[in-house]
Amino acid sequence: MTVREKAVPMPQQDPSERVGNFDEVPLGYEREAALQEAERCLKCDPAPCIEGCPVGIDIPKFIDRIKREDFQASINTIKESNNLPAVCGRVCPQEEQCQEVCTLGENFEPVSIGRLERYAADWEREHGTVDNTVEDSRAGKIAIVGSGPAGLTAASDLRKLGYEVTVFEQFHQPGGVLVYGIPEFRLPNEVVEREVENLKAMGVEIETNTVVGRLFTVDDLLDGNRVEKHDAVFLGTGAGLPYFLDLPGENLNGIYSANEFLTRVNLMRAFKFPEYDTPVKIGGRVATVGGGNVAMDSARTALRLGADSSMVIYRRSEAQMPARDEEIQHAKEEGIDFRLLRNPTRFKGDDGRVEKVECVEMELGEPDESGRPRPVPKGGSEFDLPVDNVIIAIGNSPHPLVPRTTDGLETSDRGTIKASSRGRTSREGIWAGGDIVTGAATVIRAMGAGKTAASDIHKWLSNGETWK
Amino acid sequence: MRKIVKKSKVGDGVWEYELEAPLIAEASDPGQFVILRLHEKGERIPLTIADTSLEEGTITIVVQSAGKSTIELNQEYFEGEAIHDLAGPLGNPSEIEDYGTVALIGGGVGIALIYPIARALREAGNHVISIIGAQSADKLFFQDRIAEVSDEVIVTTDDGSAGREGFTSDALRDLLESENVEKSWAIGPVMMMKVCQEVAEEFDTELIVSLNTIMVDGTGMCGGCRVNINGETRFACVDGPEFPGSAVDFDLLAQRTEIYEEEEECALDEFLEGESK
Ligand SMILES: Cc1cc2nc3c(=O)[nH]c(=O)nc-3n(C[C@H](O)[C@H](O)[C@H](O)COP(=O)(O)OP(=O)(O)OC[C@H]3O[C@@H](n4cnc5c(N)ncnc54)[C@H](O)[C@@H]3O)c2cc1C
Ligand SMILES: Cc1cc2nc3c(=O)[nH]c(=O)nc-3n(C[C@H](O)[C@H](O)[C@H](O)COP(=O)(O)OP(=O)(O)OC[C@H]3O[C@@H](n4cnc5c(N)ncnc54)[C@H](O)[C@@H]3O)c2cc1C
Ligand code: FES
Repeated sequence: MTVREKAVPMPQQDPSERVGNFDEVPLGYEREAALQEAERCLKCDPAPCIEGCPVGIDIPKFIDRIKREDFQASINTIKESNNLPAVCGRVCPQEEQCQEVCTLGENFEPVSIGRLERYAADWEREHGTVDNTVEDSRAGKIAIVGSGPAGLTAASDLRKLGYEVTVFEQFHQPGGVLVYGIPEFRLPNEVVEREVENLKAMGVEIETNTVVGRLFTVDDLLDGNRVEKHDAVFLGTGAGLPYFLDLPGENLNGIYSANEFLTRVNLMRAFKFPEYDTPVKIGGRVATVGGGNVAMDSARTALRLGADSSMVIYRRSEAQMPARDEEIQHAKEEGIDFRLLRNPTRFKGDDGRVEKVECVEMELGEPDESGRPRPVPKGGSEFDLPVDNVIIAIGNSPHPLVPRTTDGLETSDRGTIKASSRGRTSREGIWAGGDIVTGAATVIRAMGAGKTAASDIHKWLSNGETWK
Repeated sequence: MRKIVKKSKVGDGVWEYELEAPLIAEASDPGQFVILRLHEKGERIPLTIADTSLEEGTITIVVQSAGKSTIELNQEYFEGEAIHDLAGPLGNPSEIEDYGTVALIGGGVGIALIYPIARALREAGNHVISIIGAQSADKLFFQDRIAEVSDEVIVTTDDGSAGREGFTSDALRDLLESENVEKSWAIGPVMMMKVCQEVAEEFDTELIVSLNTIMVDGTGMCGGCRVNINGETRFACVDGPEFPGSAVDFDLLAQRTEIYEEEEECALDEFLEGESK
């Protein structure tokens, strides 16, 4: 039997249609398509894709179970290593992980592992049975701070081990970036809500509106001061603080951080204003500054809110853009205008509202610390771009509140919490993982960190070994 | 869900609420605020913690009808009912020390907001002079409570219907002319705070203002609340809300609170229309 050279394409919403709605863009495989794509897997042994997966999912096995049409077995296989497959199947950068090292990819298109993962996960949501019963089989109370992928994963694993687990989240809705950042058309909040419901059904307590560091501290959690005493704490507080460019005019009306813009739209549902009370003001010519997923998400969201035009200003060229390929492709299909090798130098506007972005042309120089060519401004090449709104999407930094209010918790110069490969911090009984440790990274890495920490917490609580 | 334990009208369009929130009551200090969301479609609105009761396990907020959300709360939420979300305490507490003589200027709903600060300053040993002002007598409230925690109270109304006619800033000027005031706080509309700062500058005395920016998360994650302090961008929710008046760019503050004027009007119209049906 010969292998199909090309991956089975993913059906998706037509670009001209989808810019007018917030529905998901890739529609997911139908059963036939999934079976066909599963056929393409060579079942390598050893399998490079497993190595390429940050949490080591047994990929050939789960694909094989799809091939055999035993979808329950397929999803069970994935869930042995990945608690949030419906999320990861949608947002993981597979092209630089499992799919990058796929043997088939040496000559043909690699197997669409992500699409198959999503298929199995969506199948479960529709047809599968999830057994959420967990006994309080073990003594021990664990506090999780932050409900992003790191915190939710740690919570789930620890609960399955039989511990009592409480998740504390400062927002009114759990999910972290998955609900406040990543837009509906890539990851519907409903997918995350479902995962959260499963956690609750397992007996995980979720306390929203709880700002740890203000309402009580991490030490209060460990000492049982004012709140119940916990035996261990996992910190998954993420990297949620927006950077600004620090340029003149940046506080003019009409300029948003991507975080504010996306939070208004995704978490607060401003795309349904005035049915929902939170407004967002976007329209006319919108310019998004940055080249990552956050920038693509912002530019594409702006289009869907009715912007006449939406452009991305990025200081390097496309090859260096950190956004996922799929996102860049989708953005292009939707008509996002890429202004590459340009960098803003100031924002101008007379009536307190932004009217122009002054930019300078850039060229690529020697590689910098990140290994990417350093962008260098071309002297005298400044020019004005007329705009009505600007979204700054140049990255996020770690949340300082918990480190600042926890004595002896060591942080790096960048403000990330220092943790060992097992997630142990400088303070006994406190683990950390996800973006708060690595700086802004990926969902799967945050999940992996949550898993690692959960198993180490279990080891520590059951062995009583010394902290190191 | 947070229960409204008590609700009472304190002035024209101004209501006071005691909300069940034992942990917040314990953790909060004067100058801090909460973020409240009325229902699942509601926005997150910042409101100052005006008082707390450890025995009752409640916090007090005082809410002035300003637009859709505040009017909805004041008109449609009653004792015994619950609001959906309440997060706090947020922001940094006021710096309470024994400074000597201090002046607290509260305009409009700001009257409620100076109350906990005045009380703490008095307890710390200060001689507290409060200046409270409103447009007219029917908009004044909390006079008794302010009196309880102040050594002197000066009342002003724009139209002279109570106390002396004029603005709180005029009363501040007269006060600074006659008294040696170590430090002052001014909380109220942007214009009032700006003018009070100008007066304080004339007398070379320190004035603290509390910045009521637009906010979303209230925890430093959006930058919607950004203000310019001594030429640098700061987030009012985590770096403030109090800042030295001399450092604040008030014009930028005023400009940024206007961002959603049209949308605010639209939301209010929709709401009132729904009401009248
Ligand atoms: C717009 C956007 C698009 C992205 N797209 C992708 C993508 O396509 N693929 C991908 O893999 N990754 C993507 N990422 C990155 C990914 O979302 C993050 O790496 C991941 O969410 C990190 O998970 P986390 O659990 O560490 O933190 P977060 O998801 O940030 O969650 C942290 C949680 O902790 C809460 N918290 C913080 N401080 C406190 C406190 N003091 N008390 C209580 N709670 C607190 C926060 O409110 C938040 O809910 C994207 C990020 C953004 C912003
Ligand atoms: C730290 C902080 C503490 C506050 N404490 C209190 C308080 O204790 N009691 C109280 O009544 N109000 C307080 N406010 C103001 C309150 O948050 C706003 O009045 C409220 O968000 C308005 O929402 P709305 O939907 O009712 O009106 P909107 O329709 O949103 O606005 C109506 C009008 O109010 C103005 N406005 C909007 N947001 C704010 C704002 N954040 N501050 C001032 N004016 C605003 C608008 O410019 C508009 O003119 C505080 C604000 C901050 C930032
Ligand atoms: S309100 Fe979002 S950063 Fe201050």
